[in-house]
Amino acid sequence: MQLDAKDNEYMYSGHVGCPGCGAAIAMRLTLKALGDKIIVVLPACCWSIIAGSYPQSALKVPVIHSAFETGGAVASGVRAALDVKGDSETTVVTWAGDGGTFDIGFQALSGAVERNEDFIYVCYDNEAYMNTGVQRSSSTPYGAWTTTTPGREWKKMRKKNIVEALVAHRIPYAATANIAFPEDLVRKVRKSKEMKGSRFIHIYASCPTGWRIPSEMSVKIARMAVQTNIFPLYEVENGIQYTINYKPKEYLVREYFKLQGRFRHLSDKDLDQIQEMVNEDWELLLRKAGERV
Amino acid sequence: MKRVIEGSHAVAEAVRLARAKVISAYPITPQTHIVEILSEYCAGGTMDARFLRVESEHSALAALIGAQSCGVRTFTATSSQGLALMHELLHWTSGARLPIVMAEVNRALAPGWNIWTDQTDSLAQRDTGWIQLYCEDGQEVLDSVLQAYRLAERVYLPVMVVLDAFYLSHTYEPVDVPSEEDVDRFLPPYEPRFQADTENPCAFGQLVPPGAYMKMRHNIAMAMEEALVCLREIQEEFYGIFQRRYDPVETICCNDAEIILVTSGTATSTCRLVLRSLRNRGEKVGILKMKLFRPFPAAMVREATSRAKKIAVIDRNFSFGASGIFAQELRAALCNTPGHPPIFGYIAGIGGLDITMELLEEIYWKTRDTAFPEKESVWMGV
Repeated sequence: MQLDAKDNEYMYSGHVGCPGCGAAIAMRLTLKALGDKIIVVLPACCWSIIAGSYPQSALKVPVIHSAFETGGAVASGVRAALDVKGDSETTVVTWAGDGGTFDIGFQALSGAVERNEDFIYVCYDNEAYMNTGVQRSSSTPYGAWTTTTPGREWKKMRKKNIVEALVAHRIPYAATANIAFPEDLVRKVRKSKEMKGSRFIHIYASCPTGWRIPSEMSVKIARMAVQTNIFPLYEVENGIQYTINYKPKEYLVREYFKLQGRFRHLSDKDLDQIQEMVNEDWELLLRKAGERV
Repeated sequence: MKRVIEGSHAVAEAVRLARAKVISAYPITPQTHIVEILSEYCAGGTMDARFLRVESEHSALAALIGAQSCGVRTFTATSSQGLALMHELLHWTSGARLPIVMAEVNRALAPGWNIWTDQTDSLAQRDTGWIQLYCEDGQEVLDSVLQAYRLAERVYLPVMVVLDAFYLSHTYEPVDVPSEEDVDRFLPPYEPRFQADTENPCAFGQLVPPGAYMKMRHNIAMAMEEALVCLREIQEEFYGIFQRRYDPVETICCNDAEIILVTSGTATSTCRLVLRSLRNRGEKVGILKMKLFRPFPAAMVREATSRAKKIAVIDRNFSFGASGIFAQELRAALCNTPGHPPIFGYIAGIGGLDITMELLEEIYWKTRDTAFPEKESVWMGV
């Protein structure tokens, strides 16, 4: 598929993201796909800063900044107001980080999608509280160092599977996407825009600062997350219909892990164990998609 | 038209008449009768509004923040734990200058579980930038909700209309429910000064450096001051249409009163009877009814109490480690007035305990027979 969105820019270059910020790439691509007839609800996350300081804004669309845990609820209210005003044209989009989605905002998100509120919820996932200085979230993967999982206390729990949690709500559309796969990302955002009800898009967004990687490796490492099956690209319609969008060819997770400072402490034995966990998750996904393991 | 309705119904009728467009709420006793009726009005088409049945009070207010940011009139109602859960967003609402109106039914905070009336829940939110109006009866509830919208939309601050649990929320009284035509004359459709708009994309509530932040906070402070003036103007307009008026502080027989009892909420009604009885016995007693708590009408309180010898404040609330909250506020208002009357603080009716005529009379005699307050607060009936 040709990415034909290069002329539509809704994000100014003067944002204040770190060099190599995956979240900035994610926003730029998502806005290209959505266009300017949207209202963005932006609960506390890196993007609260990246969007810039008063009286400037890095975005050419209206943004309602909101409290950390309110992404699902504020968007519900925006949608309700647009409905009573007879505006069915404008799309409501919540743009939240993993902390605001997996952790503190999970209740409001679950409530909103249970009500099947008509909005798109995008979670850009950099796998920790990066804005506050790399603290662990329930999205932080097994094995990761963060400032609150230091030394031998590296995270010993699996990453929460947020897409499956959303799928369990039987929402019309849930999908994963990745900044290293822009055509796939844009296609999914556009597809979701044509649907009604609650739509959820989980975008893998690398963080050079928090992952302890060089900024120029940001997209490469995001790509490897897909190639290693750590972050499969797939979509689920109505909580039932699974489609896997990309079938990788036998990359080993250790190649992904070895490039990142946040995993430096892991032993070969740890990496073997992680490989088993990734294989297990991938097989589970294949079974859900009705494909041969 | 006069109807015999609950205080809760008075709220719902006012919200219907105000033509709120988005309502969002989470159930908590004793707020439920308000939102049940509004749910029916929305479901049955009596109101042209969306009712969001959210999963928490926090989300109830968050949803209104989203809706009001898009330029529509909104409403929620809560109580006690629910209000406490909203605390973060109470600050957000005023900071974002959103004229949201809320009914708050005063209920005790847990533990232990107690659903009866107590003002600590709302008074503990005094620093959140919400205007607070306390009500004595069903008529005042209905009228205050209508006035709240006018006031909120004039100064761009949220307003909390406060009513006692059960004594007011669940008590049936005759209430004059005005016609839609009259209310439309008083309260025109909401014309937002700003709203999220795809034709004019702006960022709301974004990152702001210290200098601009301080200026924004100062603007809120000035809006609060403006609210004091506006409320009086709005009262006059309201009187012109409905022949009813509520002063920010109501003075009852204060001109020649030696002792002024300061009350709020439904205890005021009981106190009116006590006043009549004491006056019949030649006692020079007056009542200062506090309707407006935020902004605190300090100048009006000073003026109303300037001729009294003693002031007795009845607080159905308590700030632990300090005193009753109305008493604190009165002390702060009077402390720079040389020779001001001493302020006696009484704590009564906590957790829904009845504030009886006998209790109020006892407070009066205690105050009369004591030269100067021996302590900040005297707990009655403990």
